[in-house]
Amino acid sequence: MQTQVLIIGAGATGTGIFRDLALRGVECMLIEQRDVNAGASGGNHGLLHSGARYVTTDPHSANECKVEGDIIKEFAPHCIENTGGLFVAVKGDDEAYVKQFPINCEKAGVPCREISPEEALKLEPNLNPDVIAAYEVEDASIDPFKLSLENVADAEAHGGVYKRYMKLLGFSKDGDTITGARVVNTRTGKKSVIEADQFINATGAWAANVAEMAGANIRMTYAKGSLLVTLSRLNHRVINRLRPPGDGDILVPGGTVSILGTTSVRVEDLDNVAPSIEEINRNIDQGAQMVPALDTCRYVRAYAGVRPLVQLGESSSDRAASRGYALIDHESESLDNFITITGGKLTTYRLMAERCADLVCNRLKVDAPCLTRGTVLPDYVQTEWAEPSILTKREWMRRHNSDDHLLCECEIVPKSAVDAILDSFGPDEKPRIQAVGLRSRVGKGSCQGAFCGARIAAHMYDRDLFEGRDGVDSLREFLSKRWKGQRPILWDAQFNQAELKEALYFGLLNLEMD
Amino acid sequence: MSNLPVTERDLFVVGTGIAGMSAAVYAAKRGLSVSQAGSTGEIVFSSGLFDIMAVHPVEEKKLWENPWEAMAAVAADMPNHPYAHVSREDVEKAYGELFDFLSEFGLEYRMEKEANSKVLTPIGTEKTTWAVPVTMWAGVEALKNNAPALLIDFEGLREFSAKQVATTIGDKWSNLKTMRLEFPDSASMKPILTGIMAQSMELKETRDKLYALIKPHLNGVEAVGVPAILGIYTTDEILEEMEKELGVKVFELPTLPASVPGMRLKSLFEGRIGTLGVDLKLQHKVFSITPLNDGRYEVTFGVQAPTEKVVAKGVVLATGRFLGGGLFADRHHIVETVMGLPVSQPADREEWHRTDLLDPRGHKVSSAGVEVDSSFRPIDENGKVVHERVFAVGSLLAHQDWMRMKCGTGIAVASSLRAVEAFVAQQ
Repeated sequence: MQTQVLIIGAGATGTGIFRDLALRGVECMLIEQRDVNAGASGGNHGLLHSGARYVTTDPHSANECKVEGDIIKEFAPHCIENTGGLFVAVKGDDEAYVKQFPINCEKAGVPCREISPEEALKLEPNLNPDVIAAYEVEDASIDPFKLSLENVADAEAHGGVYKRYMKLLGFSKDGDTITGARVVNTRTGKKSVIEADQFINATGAWAANVAEMAGANIRMTYAKGSLLVTLSRLNHRVINRLRPPGDGDILVPGGTVSILGTTSVRVEDLDNVAPSIEEINRNIDQGAQMVPALDTCRYVRAYAGVRPLVQLGESSSDRAASRGYALIDHESESLDNFITITGGKLTTYRLMAERCADLVCNRLKVDAPCLTRGTVLPDYVQTEWAEPSILTKREWMRRHNSDDHLLCECEIVPKSAVDAILDSFGPDEKPRIQAVGLRSRVGKGSCQGAFCGARIAAHMYDRDLFEGRDGVDSLREFLSKRWKGQRPILWDAQFNQAELKEALYFGLLNLEMD
Repeated sequence: MSNLPVTERDLFVVGTGIAGMSAAVYAAKRGLSVSQAGSTGEIVFSSGLFDIMAVHPVEEKKLWENPWEAMAAVAADMPNHPYAHVSREDVEKAYGELFDFLSEFGLEYRMEKEANSKVLTPIGTEKTTWAVPVTMWAGVEALKNNAPALLIDFEGLREFSAKQVATTIGDKWSNLKTMRLEFPDSASMKPILTGIMAQSMELKETRDKLYALIKPHLNGVEAVGVPAILGIYTTDEILEEMEKELGVKVFELPTLPASVPGMRLKSLFEGRIGTLGVDLKLQHKVFSITPLNDGRYEVTFGVQAPTEKVVAKGVVLATGRFLGGGLFADRHHIVETVMGLPVSQPADREEWHRTDLLDPRGHKVSSAGVEVDSSFRPIDENGKVVHERVFAVGSLLAHQDWMRMKCGTGIAVASSLRAVEAFVAQQ
C-alpha cells in the first residue's frame, strides 16, 4: 500500500488531521490498532471547555480553549449540546481563590458572569444548597465519538482511506528517511507495508512507543483519569467546582446521563487501564460536596482514560502540567519525514490538527490552506444510536417498522440500527460485538450487555458474520470490556444486575468454562 | 401494628424460589402448618435444570462426570461449603421428594443417576447438569450420540439462533441441521417471546400449524429441537403428541430468562403448593421477624406495609442472594436484609470482584453469605448460633459459588430438607 501521508492513531487528533489533509487535497491514509477513539479520546468527560477551568493555572491554554470552543460550536453543532456551564464554590472553599476567578477569566479572555447562589440553585436544583459563589461560563458537552466518526467520514468523502485493526509493528528506514510502516491486520493476521512520504504519529499516550519504533525519543508521563456515568441526568449545565483542579470536580451532562470526574493517577501500563474502586469512591465523595445527589444516585458504569503528558520542562504535578499540546518535527533526531503530535485537549484537537497539517504540507510543498476553521462538518454518520435515546420504549414501539425489533431494550437500539452499523463494515473487516457497542448505545444501559450481548451475537451468527466459536469469543471479549467499567460501581441495583449477568453467562451458558 | 390479625403456625418460610418452595413442600409433607411469603419474580430466572455439583476446584475448571464424587470432594476440601453439612442421601431424598411433587402435577425430570448430563445451551455451549426436564432429555441423548437432528428457530425470536447453536457445537454435533420458521400467527408479534409462544402452543390449532411447517423437513432426521416453548401447563401431553405427529424425538433447549421452564416451575409451585396446606402469600414482603420470649418468632408481612402477623415456632430464610433480595450491598458493606444476620464477606469492596470478569478463580463476593451450623442455623463470627429456630437455606449461604460450581439447586433442596428435619427434631 502507498499513500502521501500516513497518519497513525484514530483519536480526535488523528481523525482531525485526516480530515484537514483530505480537505487540502492531500492523499492520506489513517490507520488504527483498534477502532476510532480507542484511547483518551474515548475516555474523557465529553466536555467542550470554555477555558475557565485553566484560567488560573494556564491562561494561554484557557484562551486557546475559548477560541477553539467557539470554532467547534460553529462547524460541528451536531456533535455538541450547548449546555452552558457553571463554576460553583461551596461553604469551606477558598474564598480568595473564588475572588480571583473572574479576574483571571478576564485576563485570559474567557467570558464569565457572576450569578447569585439563589439563581444558581434555581438553574441547577441538584446543587448543594451551601453554594457560596457561582459563575456562568460557556462550557458545552460534546460527543467525542460522533466527532471522530464524522471526521473520518468527511475525510473519506474527500479521498482519505481509513483502516482499522491495523497494528503498527515497526518502520523501515533508508538513512534519515522512513520508507514504510510495517503493519499487521489484527483480525486477519495479514502483514503488509504502507509506504508514504510523510508519517504522522498521532497515537496519544502511545506516542513515545511509536516514536521509539522510528528511532526517536520523547519523554512522556501518563495520568489516568477515572469517571462515572449516572443512570439518569442530574444537571442541565456543566457544573465545575470553583477551586484548584482536583478530584470529582466536574459534572458534565450529556443526553440522558451525567458524567462525574475525574481523578489523576500516574500510571505506567497503558494497555491495562481501568478505573479503580478507590478512585471511584474519591470521585463520589468529592462530587457529592458539589451535587449531594451524587452520593445516592445509581451509576451504570465507570471508565478511565489516560492523559498523555509530554515532559518538555520540569514539572512535578500532572495536574499542573500544561495541557498544551506537543508538535515535534524530530529533525534534530535525524528523521526528515516523521512528526509526532500528542498531548493537548479534546477542545483544541482541531488546532492541533491544523498545526500538524501545516508542517506536513510545508514539507510536501503543498500550499493549500487549512479549511477546517470555516467548513461545516457534514452529518454523515448514523450515530443517532450512539447517543442516549430520547425516545421511551413506548414511543419506539408505537412508531417502529413492523419488521424491526429491539436488540437492546435498555437503550432502545433496534435491529435496523445494528444492521446499518454492520453494513458499514467491509466484507473482510469482520466486525465483532464490540464494534457495534462502539457505534451505538448497545451495552451501555442498566443491563450492561447481559441481554443485548446475547441477542447481537445471535443476530451476527444469523448474518453469517460469525462461524464456529467466533461469537462465543466475541461475547466473552464484549462482556469483559464492559466489566472493566462495571466492577468499580457494583453496589445496590447495579450489583444485582451484575449478579444476573453472571448467573446467565456462567450459571447457564458456561462461558467461563469454555 | 399491634392490631394486625395474628395467625399461629409451626413454620414460616421466607422466599419463593426453589429453596423456599422445596422447604414448604418438605415441611407440609411432614405435617407442619406452614406460612410462606415472597415475591413472584425470581423463579422465572430458573433455567429448569437441576444441578448437584459439576465443577471443583473452580480455578482448575475441573469438570466432574459423577456429581456424587464431586460433592464428596467439595465436602472434603471445603469444610464450610454447604455440602459439608449434608450427605449424598440428603440430596437424593430432597430431590426425590421434590420430583414426586412436581411429577404429581405433570412436570417430569430425567437423569442418569450416577452421572452428570450435558445440555446444549442457547448459545451452543454445553452446560453440565444433573436432572433435566423430560422435554430436554432427547436433546441430551442426541448430543451424546451425534444423532441426525433438526434444530428450529423462529423469525423474530431474539437470543435464539439455530445457526449459532449448530456452528458453535459443530465439532461435537456434526449431524445438526437448522431451519428458521415463522411461528404460527406471529406476524404481528415481533419480537416474539418464548412465554407467549408457549401459551400459544397450549392450543391444538397452533400445534397443528407448526407440525405442518416442520413435517416436510424431517427427511433423515431422528430428532427435532426447538427453544423451550412446549406449553406451560400441559407440557407432558404436548411433548407426547408432538413426537407422535412428527414421528421423531422432540427436545427443547433452555433459553434465557424469563424462560418457559422457569414459568412452568413457578406456575406449578404457586398453583399447587396450596394443596399441601401451605398458606402462600405471593408478592408479600416480610417486614420484621422478632424473637418472642417463648422462643417463637413474630413475623409481620404485607404487600407494601405490614398487614398481617404470624407467630411461628420456626423460620426458614430462603431469600436468595442479591438478585433475590436476601443480601444487599451498599457502597461499603453487605447485609442480610430480613433479620440483619451476620454476613461472611470480603473486608472491603476492592476485594468483592476481581478485575477480570472471567478470572478462573471467580469473584470472592460470590462466596459471601450467611454462615450456618450443620442444621443450617445462622451462626456469628464466633460460631455461636444466632437464633435457635431460624434456618438459612439455598443461595443465601456462604462459602459456595453456585454459578461456577453448578450446584445451586442441589444446595437449595438439600439445605431446605436438612433445615426442616432439624426443625422437626427440635419439636
